[in-house]
Amino acid sequence: MNIHEYQGKEVLRQYGVNVPRGKVAFTVDEAVSAAKELGSPVTVVKAQIHAGGRGKAGGVKIAKNLDDVANYAKELLGKVLVTHQTGPEGKEIKRLLIEEGCDIKKEYYLGVVVDRGTGRVVMMGSEEGGMDIEEVAANSPEKIIKVVIDPAVGLQTFQARQLALDINIPVELANKAIKFMLALYKAFEEKDCSIAEINPLVVTGSGDVMALDAKLNFDSNALFRHKDIVELRDLDEEDEKEIQASKFDLSYIALDGNIGCMVNGAGLAMATMDIIKYFGGSPANFLDVGGGATKEKVTEAFKIILSDANVKGIFVNIFGGIMKCDVIAEGVVAAARELGLDKPLVVRLEGTNVNLGKEILNGSGLNIVAADSMSDGAQKIVSLVK
Amino acid sequence: MSILIDKNTKVITQGITGATGSFHAKGALEYGTQMVGGVTPGKGGQTIDFDLENGTKVTLPIFNTVKEAVAATGATASVIYVAPPFAADSIMEAVDAELDLVICITEGIPVLDMVKVTRFMEGKKTRLIGPNCPGVITPEEIKIGIMPGYIHKKGHVGVVSRSGTLTYEAVHQLTTRGIGQSSAVGIGGDPVKGSEFIDILKLFNEDPDTYAVIMIGEIGGTAEEEAAEWIKANMTKPVVGFIGGATAPPGKRMGHAGAIISGGKGTAAEKIAVLEANGIRVAPTPSDMGATLVAVLEEKGLLEKCKG
Repeated sequence: MNIHEYQGKEVLRQYGVNVPRGKVAFTVDEAVSAAKELGSPVTVVKAQIHAGGRGKAGGVKIAKNLDDVANYAKELLGKVLVTHQTGPEGKEIKRLLIEEGCDIKKEYYLGVVVDRGTGRVVMMGSEEGGMDIEEVAANSPEKIIKVVIDPAVGLQTFQARQLALDINIPVELANKAIKFMLALYKAFEEKDCSIAEINPLVVTGSGDVMALDAKLNFDSNALFRHKDIVELRDLDEEDEKEIQASKFDLSYIALDGNIGCMVNGAGLAMATMDIIKYFGGSPANFLDVGGGATKEKVTEAFKIILSDANVKGIFVNIFGGIMKCDVIAEGVVAAARELGLDKPLVVRLEGTNVNLGKEILNGSGLNIVAADSMSDGAQKIVSLVK
Repeated sequence: MSILIDKNTKVITQGITGATGSFHAKGALEYGTQMVGGVTPGKGGQTIDFDLENGTKVTLPIFNTVKEAVAATGATASVIYVAPPFAADSIMEAVDAELDLVICITEGIPVLDMVKVTRFMEGKKTRLIGPNCPGVITPEEIKIGIMPGYIHKKGHVGVVSRSGTLTYEAVHQLTTRGIGQSSAVGIGGDPVKGSEFIDILKLFNEDPDTYAVIMIGEIGGTAEEEAAEWIKANMTKPVVGFIGGATAPPGKRMGHAGAIISGGKGTAAEKIAVLEANGIRVAPTPSDMGATLVAVLEEKGLLEKCKG
């Protein structure tokens, strides 16, 4: 789960991570009064959307007075910001972070992630701050320093000191950097983050070590123990169909093709998208109905697939294990009837009670094309939507 | 022969009184697995009854702790169907009871819980399979997990996969071609897990009854690449691969917690290239896993042996 920068900074502040003073604003008036309250010589007006690259896209403005703040807030609120992470359709700015400006002396990068290779949490730092860290990793990997953290004891002071010195934070600021890193790790661990990225981490003219930006993502499997984080969810930032799917425990991801997919199992769902592409089609979505799909769930899945205006046909690909093919077939028939499905529908059933399932489909009187295998089904749906 | 489990393996179920645990304990009993008991804290001393389809009735004892269950039954393996918030604790309890094998089916365990679990397991004897996996089966002998048993056939091809349904798909394609499996292992779709491809490939390599292996990977991480290099350096048996997620967009988690392309890393194209560079034939579509293996077996003169 993602949250906004201002929320991330608030979470970090609770752990003693040094962040600039700031306040969220939903209107121009709120922006001006927040700036007034801050009373800093320079105020930063930052667009709050769930995507990186906001600065380059014009979503971050430096205001020298309250009039500037008002003008920038007016300009940004309601504007659609297109960054390299939003896709061409961009995202509408609905919130702003009004923050005190600071005197940046040098920018660094600091990130915390779970490293799959070691199965450990890793803190990464670089003196190439403010840049796209993936570019740094590709072009000069030696400039990224990694510290592997033992979960039994957590990040140790000596490790943080080594990291601070390795990325060339001035030695007289090492203690401030250590405090920052220890607090960041604590926040990461206690809040079950999946990513905590501070880019840039800055050293200021007055000798502070501070998070100028903050990106926190959380492990959705751990949200059951973080009610406070769940409250930070901003549904405006998520795909409506994905929200709807999550209500029914369906795993759905919108894509930009025209063949709707309904599959059981994440691996098979991915592979189904792949095979559609292999035969020249384009999948409209990833959808895993899971192992315990019911008639109701299948109907909901159909509704979500069909709410995508691009969908020209549907491919149902089921390998029934625990899930029985006849149950799926009943669900498919019921959904097709209820929704008055008028688009091509190809169904491939295999596994438990497959013959029963095929009988239900054939006897339904509906125009359902049966497929004998994944590749047969994929080829059929691709030719039907052309 | 087989890997990890055979008809002599005695198994307990952690979470046996839950709906999922009891359902699959029954499925395992139907398949012939030696299920010897279960653990549900607070229900120790009670029993649980299973009415099997062949008319027999099985009654299993329930224990409060894994240690008690092991002491009373002599079990060497455990399967976990405990809910995600408590599953990490259940794994560590099973490890502490010194079981040889723990298979965790549970999906949705917080990743930092698994970071702690893998740290806890260092230096311990237990092998963990999963979490978020279908389990392990040695056809016609023993089934531990949620896979449909009847699609399997005893034989000589090992299957190892990060995806449950793709394992079934591969097994089905083999069985319908008359090719049986020595064992099929789902290692699970989570980013931090008990066993990686290499761990299982080593076992298949050492198993005299396994003649070839299908390895099914997907986007995210670099386990397939590491496995490919290990295979080239060590594996004496042919391996055929498939990688799911060629069409997955970057930065999106494709159902499995571990199936995500992050920072441009972990793409299917990258993995397929490394597999092929290390001499592993990769099936072009998931429908071709069986056919690709057959082609390789034929080239190596192993097809008839594998059909036996």
